[in-house]
Amino acid sequence: MHVTVAADRCVGAGQCVLNAPEVFDQGDDGLVTVLRERPAPEEAAAVRLAGTLCPSRSITIHQD
Amino acid sequence: MTSSEPPVVDFPLRRPGEAFPPPRYQDYRGREGLVVSYLPNGNKAWLVTRHEDVRAVLTSRKISSNPDHPGFPNISDTMGVPRQEQIPGWFVGLDSPEHDRFRKALIPEFTVRRVREMRPAIERTVEMRIDAMLAAGDRADLVADFALPVPSLVISSLLGVPPADREFFESRTRTLVAIRASTDQQRDTATKELLRYINRLVAIKVQWPGDDLISRLLATGTLDAQELPGVLILLLIAGHETTANNIALGVMTLLQNPQWIGDDRAVEESLRFHSVADLVSLRVAIEDVEISGQLVRAGEGIIPLVAAANHDTSAFACPHLFDPARAERQHVAFGYGVHQCLGQNLVRVEMEIAYRKLFERIPSLRLAVPVEELPFKYDGVLCGLHELPVSWQES
Ligand code: HEM
Ligand code: SF4
Repeated sequence: MHVTVAADRCVGAGQCVLNAPEVFDQGDDGLVTVLRERPAPEEAAAVRLAGTLCPSRSITIHQD
Repeated sequence: MTSSEPPVVDFPLRRPGEAFPPPRYQDYRGREGLVVSYLPNGNKAWLVTRHEDVRAVLTSRKISSNPDHPGFPNISDTMGVPRQEQIPGWFVGLDSPEHDRFRKALIPEFTVRRVREMRPAIERTVEMRIDAMLAAGDRADLVADFALPVPSLVISSLLGVPPADREFFESRTRTLVAIRASTDQQRDTATKELLRYINRLVAIKVQWPGDDLISRLLATGTLDAQELPGVLILLLIAGHETTANNIALGVMTLLQNPQWIGDDRAVEESLRFHSVADLVSLRVAIEDVEISGQLVRAGEGIIPLVAAANHDTSAFACPHLFDPARAERQHVAFGYGVHQCLGQNLVRVEMEIAYRKLFERIPSLRLAVPVEELPFKYDGVLCGLHELPVSWQES
């Protein structure tokens, strides 16, 4: 699995940081950044949760 | 597309003496298409009750948040979303891209990290309110003495209101919320006093910038001086009674379900379970749009009912149960889409600290009246309690 984000769509609600803090962060502007593009297997569930909760659909999860 | 006439249901949706969410939401959800209602001012509004449909409405580009569009479903003249000409900067009533300039300017103030840094100050505020309650005897109204002052004090410190003025600020915001205890005239006066105060505060920060939200917003230069007071009033109004109602209802529910006291997951479940902002997200179609097979015409109002969505059995197992351990997390208590609550992480921290400290400091806390006698708010925009009488054993 790997994740990409569209920071231009992000509305800074922080659901991703709250649920998968090892994978997502908010920069100084409050918009999403990716800390780990290839999350560890044990982080996969949290990343998926972040993906479904993101209100602006800024997170895309790719199965590779 | 459904061809039969859509069912018309009565407004208001909440009625005295009834449980919340109203039992009839389940009936609305079960019907094909949507139900329609007429607001006290005659406006037509489609009611959206299924979780999936609510998320779709709140992310549709054919649907607007702007009350300038004819047909916008404001509940009444005083309840709903003010127009930009009434309060410039009230950006919850703007669509992208106009909305985004405001949102982007404010996001850095509400990141998960920033809110975490506010924790010690919030803890002190909560402790002080508990000290005051304990010093006053063995009973209190948890709404007036705790749930309302805590968020007001938190917001005033966020805005950079000097400590000496916080009492003033708190008393005026309390008047605004007390729809039963204050008159229209008192609320009008309180609003004017608050606006005047905020205007003065902005002028002071222009002269003497400090380490606070107003000064930082001024420094970014993206919002102008006419818009700033409206933005600040929006933060105050959006973050005060909403949070207060959630604190009070959550304490009530924890007292009824004491096995969950001390479990931080009670915060998220309380948000879903009580869904206080049921009539907050108001929308209007700006193009013809189909929702669940129902054609909604451009110029017709749409009200996504978040409490109905959060109690939808196709999204939540046994939604009527207060179950902080539940797996489903996709509640829409903060809305969805670009307007999803900006203050949500602040709320989470406030609620968590409020619940934890209350039960830590007052383990014998109990309701002072039977639950059936608690006065629920059924006539306003938000769901909540007018009062929550509690008592405890003095040590
Ligand atoms: C439990 C407490 C709260 C609840 C249930 C709540 C709920 C909501 C909801 C449902 C919306 C979306 C409105 C829409 O879709 O039109 C919203 C937006 C908003 N909330 Fe909250 N809110 C709470 C607390 C706060 C706090 C503490 C603040 C800030 C101090 C805040 C600031 C805002 C702002 C500024 C918006 C507009 C965001 C935008 O338009 O981009 N809220 N809130
Ligand atoms: S959850 Fe979505 S909108 Fe919120 S900060 Fe993360 S990417 Fe941005």
